[in-house]
Amino acid sequence: MTGELAIEARDLTRVFGAFTAVNHITFDVRVGEVFGFLGANGAGKTTALRMLIGLLAPTSGSARVAGHDVFSQSEAIKPDIGYMSQRFSLYEDLTVRENIALYGGIYGLTNREIRERTERMLGRLGFDRAANDLVRALPLGWRQKLAFSVALLHQPRIVFLDEPTSGVDPITRRQFWELIYEAAASGTTVLVTTHYMDEAEYCDRISIMVAGQIGAMGTPSDLKRQFGTESIDELFVQLARPDAAGAAGASTHAK
Amino acid sequence: MRMPARTSQLTQAPGAGADAVVVDGLVKRFGRTTALDGVSFSVRAGELFGFIGPDGGGKTTLLRILTTLLVPTAGTAHVLGQDVVKGLWTLRPRIGYMPGRFSLYPDLSVEENLRFFASVFGTSVEREYEQIAPIYTQIEAFKDRRAAALSGGMKQKLALCCALVHRPEILFLDEPTTGVDAVSRREFWDLLDQLKATRLTIVVSTPYMDEAKRCDRVALVQRGRLLALDTPGAITASFDRPLLAVHADNRYRALLALRDYPGTHTIYPFGAVLHYTDQRRDAAVDQIAGELKTFLETRGFRDVRADRIPATIEDSFMAFMGAPEEDRRTGAA
Repeated sequence: MTGELAIEARDLTRVFGAFTAVNHITFDVRVGEVFGFLGANGAGKTTALRMLIGLLAPTSGSARVAGHDVFSQSEAIKPDIGYMSQRFSLYEDLTVRENIALYGGIYGLTNREIRERTERMLGRLGFDRAANDLVRALPLGWRQKLAFSVALLHQPRIVFLDEPTSGVDPITRRQFWELIYEAAASGTTVLVTTHYMDEAEYCDRISIMVAGQIGAMGTPSDLKRQFGTESIDELFVQLARPDAAGAAGASTHAK
Repeated sequence: MRMPARTSQLTQAPGAGADAVVVDGLVKRFGRTTALDGVSFSVRAGELFGFIGPDGGGKTTLLRILTTLLVPTAGTAHVLGQDVVKGLWTLRPRIGYMPGRFSLYPDLSVEENLRFFASVFGTSVEREYEQIAPIYTQIEAFKDRRAAALSGGMKQKLALCCALVHRPEILFLDEPTTGVDAVSRREFWDLLDQLKATRLTIVVSTPYMDEAKRCDRVALVQRGRLLALDTPGAITASFDRPLLAVHADNRYRALLALRDYPGTHTIYPFGAVLHYTDQRRDAAVDQIAGELKTFLETRGFRDVRADRIPATIEDSFMAFMGAPEEDRRTGAA
């Protein structure tokens, strides 16, 4: 059953004290799919993500990521996944080349593999001239593209991207999505979170979390048809604020 | 929910016209970095004015100069008729500022934060209650909660109350919706609409292009320069090539194929479709669409469609980014 599936979550649940952050979520992500993981602040996205990458044990339910059980094999998940967070991905005081070597070393690549993959990556990104620049000196968009490539350095089967395009310019944002498509086309599964609702439409399928549960899941076009909305943005508003049609002041459920 | 009307002292200032902000040739350098590279514009009294652009474009620097927190390297800026450098002390009590980073005291309660900001400006929460009530009543149930323990949406509302508690004549907000989910963003813009209805002048920055449509006028900001300044409608209307949404069964492969298509001027992924502009500025749209379709279909793509669509702010932003330097700046008002 795991042959075709990169992620299988079954009734995955996480409780913090009296608060159920993730409440029996069940979903699959297929190999090579670009899966958008959406939800309002506090809806449980981050908690779910942390369980899937083996950083947080579920309270109940189960999940398999790249064929490994998140309960009993959380360490085995790590070599098979890449992770890029919006806040922190690269060491700013190291050069581009040093960052790549550091991550390669952490993931146990040989010096030769690191050397070869570094040259290939720099060439593909067009970063040859910036190889010895400090990451701190790179424009934000370059840093994000580099962080994504570094997350793929050890050739993981699944890559998790947590708001990878926040604040970058629209052209760079699109170049970033091309990198995502390229990775997916070569068989890497991509799970991505974003606050840009138009970006949801770049995904093959999306899920929208509402108060710890999956409120909707499907291809963007099917979901728009199903909910009778013009855009994912509208659908998101409908789901996240079912009773308050745009009225302010309901954002108090977020912890 | 209704906000109290405000009387504007601005329009009475002789000779000042109705401009709340006038900026001329503003430059700011930090060491070798040029954050602002000769920016000129004005904001009318009562206007909801947006600075739209990616991180690192100079939006925060600009707002910090306008709020008297930074001194420009060159050029001048007037807010409410006062020079932001010379008029610092008279200007400060008249402006409200909501910085980009959450800047309240995390260990103080909601109410303590508000009292603190009121007292700094020599007033009290009681005296200004009517002013902040429309927003404050939404968080008043949590007035004893430490600010650190608030949700993102509530922090935003508290920060907005603190920026308004001294009854400013102009409000500056630096990326108030960054990192906030789409629903909370919408609600925050609804609040700004209500504030605008009280004739408060509002200057706001955002990296979210889709928020441009919530502003009266916007300036598109990139690398310390203004790429364009106008109403959102006028900016998108000035998109000077026919724009087509291209759909095909495999959008990534279609994107790569269209990179090599001789007619392509620009081709960008845009959600489920690709946005295409043609080399020929004046060719008929039907002809362009027909040729595109043929090109993709002969390469084995299925479900191919190519439809003319109006440009969005994002299309316009990318067009300005790609234009030669001398064409980038349109007439700033």
